[in-house]
Amino acid sequence: MKFHKSRRLLTASIAAMVIAAPLAGCSGTASASGGSGGSGNSITLWTHNAGNPAELAADQKIVSAFNSSQSKYKVTVQAFPQASYNQSVVAAAASGKLPCVLDMDAPNVPNWAWAKYLAPLDLGTSLKGQLPSTIGKWNGKVYAVGYYDVALAMFARKSVLTAAGIRIPTIDTPWTQDEFNQSLAALKKTGKWAAPLDLGTSGTGEWWTYAYSPLLQSFGGDLINRTDYQSADGALNGANAVNWATWMRGLVTQGLIAQKSGADANADLTNNKTAIEYSGSWAAAPLSKTLGKDLAVIPPVNFGSGPKIGGGSWEWGMTNTCENKAAATAYLKFSLQPQYQASVAVAAGTIPATSSPAALKLDPSYGPGGSNEIFAQISRKYAELRPPTPAYPFISTTFTTAAQNILAGADPKSTLDQAVRGIDANIKTNNGYK
Amino acid sequence: MVLIHPSRAETAPSVKKPSPPRKVNRGRRKESLTALGMVAPAVLLLALFIFVPAALAFVLAFTNAQLISPNPIGFVGLTNFIQLFQDPVFYRSLLNTLYFAAVVVPVQGGAALGLAILVNTKTRGTSFFRTVYFLPVVTSMVVVSMLWLFMYQQNGLINELIHRLTLGLVTGPDWLNNPATSMPAIILMSVWQGVGFHMVIWLSGLQTIAPDLHEAASLDGVSAWQRFRFVTWPGLRNTRALVLVTITIQALSLFTQVSVMTQGGPLYSTSTVVYDAVQTGYQQQQTSYASAISLVFFALVLIVAAIQRFLTREKA
Repeated sequence: MKFHKSRRLLTASIAAMVIAAPLAGCSGTASASGGSGGSGNSITLWTHNAGNPAELAADQKIVSAFNSSQSKYKVTVQAFPQASYNQSVVAAAASGKLPCVLDMDAPNVPNWAWAKYLAPLDLGTSLKGQLPSTIGKWNGKVYAVGYYDVALAMFARKSVLTAAGIRIPTIDTPWTQDEFNQSLAALKKTGKWAAPLDLGTSGTGEWWTYAYSPLLQSFGGDLINRTDYQSADGALNGANAVNWATWMRGLVTQGLIAQKSGADANADLTNNKTAIEYSGSWAAAPLSKTLGKDLAVIPPVNFGSGPKIGGGSWEWGMTNTCENKAAATAYLKFSLQPQYQASVAVAAGTIPATSSPAALKLDPSYGPGGSNEIFAQISRKYAELRPPTPAYPFISTTFTTAAQNILAGADPKSTLDQAVRGIDANIKTNNGYK
Repeated sequence: MVLIHPSRAETAPSVKKPSPPRKVNRGRRKESLTALGMVAPAVLLLALFIFVPAALAFVLAFTNAQLISPNPIGFVGLTNFIQLFQDPVFYRSLLNTLYFAAVVVPVQGGAALGLAILVNTKTRGTSFFRTVYFLPVVTSMVVVSMLWLFMYQQNGLINELIHRLTLGLVTGPDWLNNPATSMPAIILMSVWQGVGFHMVIWLSGLQTIAPDLHEAASLDGVSAWQRFRFVTWPGLRNTRALVLVTITIQALSLFTQVSVMTQGGPLYSTSTVVYDAVQTGYQQQQTSYASAISLVFFALVLIVAAIQRFLTREKA
């Protein structure tokens, strides 16, 4: 017990130290008021979207609806800026001040569940019909659930593709690898573009894993062996993975992509600086505003093992230290009603996790015949969850470094071997994350 | 020491009057209490944010602590250090850090001295130039890094300038995406940002040199170089030590520019020890390993500072 206490103190100090170092000067919004997620029948809820007023308002609306729908429980919202949200949660966990309910980025769910931040959820039938990629599971238990998801896709001008003699692919017959390569070569040959494809290589952080590991998976590789999640050997450095890496580097050497893309991909496409933009459903609204009917939404390419996109966005869960789990569960169940989920999805401009009539009434664009239907279809058909293992944060940063080095010209095989060694050593250090 | 000195002087002539020294002592004690009270806030903050984390890092480096983990912490001896000394990224980061310091210390120190001498003249408009040179210092490093990030782009301001000035003969490289130019690019920008600060320190040093020395020198008919070499340079002895130590420590802890502009890339060409520590400790959650890196870094800074202190010591 004593050891545990000093361990907590240690972790708290480390967290404080680590946060203070790079973010010195950042205002300390992390100061949590109250004990462990409120007392009695009033509970606290944390969300990352202080910087997104529309989404925050939608969340707040659910909370006030819940508070007025019954008189037993009371939920209070605390919003954090996204940039420092994870740090705040880690620091709060170390000092035992986590709220009852909080949202988190999907790939963090297994890590936080493993660290005992989260408690498993028992939501019963509320999860029926939920988009599968919005359910955060680990070790066979549900720990989090999201109201929406996003989908990767490519965008181009129909006129540009047709002029270069390129077939506009559909969700049922996406481009194959050969077709994609030929299309890029054809666009390059026109001489209009320094680099016809914008892969978004100027992005940082989680984007690299989110955007490029599905390409790796479509080549037949993966971030880790998904049978037992104990080693990346063979998955991340096998022949398929090396093919993926060689292809990625080839894009740079052939001048098909910029090693570092422009800061504003949407603007580059609109201004004809690039021909095809690799982005996500969130880019659809601004692009259709500027390109109108000429905008083509291109589903992910099939590199051999089927088209793939990453699944999972922000999801809600309940903490282990929550003193009133009944209240938290009641709130989560309440919030999963289609009209509430859809209202958040609409506010965030994302794919609603439910396609029930009530949700479609709020945003018909994701329903049959709607302009955004293709994203819902891509998500339902091709979404592959990022490996649901507590090792994910480590895997993701390791993969990002490896991919950046490969694009910069490092040897594919030895770079991937090194990444595998790092990942395997980390899993061993953590006793297999069991 | 302060307490002993006056009482000894006091007791020597008058042995019969023991009371005054005691009074003095009491007064002194009161004074030192006040002094203690006054340094307390600073000491407390130093302890909280420097000593405690440093001690923690020292202990954690020998454990298997993770940032997020349900497992208890256990001591693992030298495992982290063995892993560290086999890590090619760490060696690369160390080399990059030393490379950065080896260039920045003389270049930034020299350029700052040059600027200081330039703005030390008594002509109109010097305070304007002082302000201009000092402006980058008061601008946040993150902001400066963002601006230079745009300037260093393939078709950014710097390449555009090179292109125009050479009448289109030379096309600049993709500065930050080329392993050969990324570090020099960061060095140039860091020197530009930091030079104003050390200019001010040199300037204060220059102004402590008595003007009659310069006057005497010019009466003797010395050249400008001789005046610098034999009057100015010896007069800057203490300032020199200060500038040297501050630039070195600042250079060895290179982080912000790398974090904003290159994230250690391409191909680890700009990875530094501090960046490596933050990356492994926070992004990869390996607290103990990052502590080991910090510990080695601490030892490194200590050694460098000790050598510098030895070289610039007061020769009795």
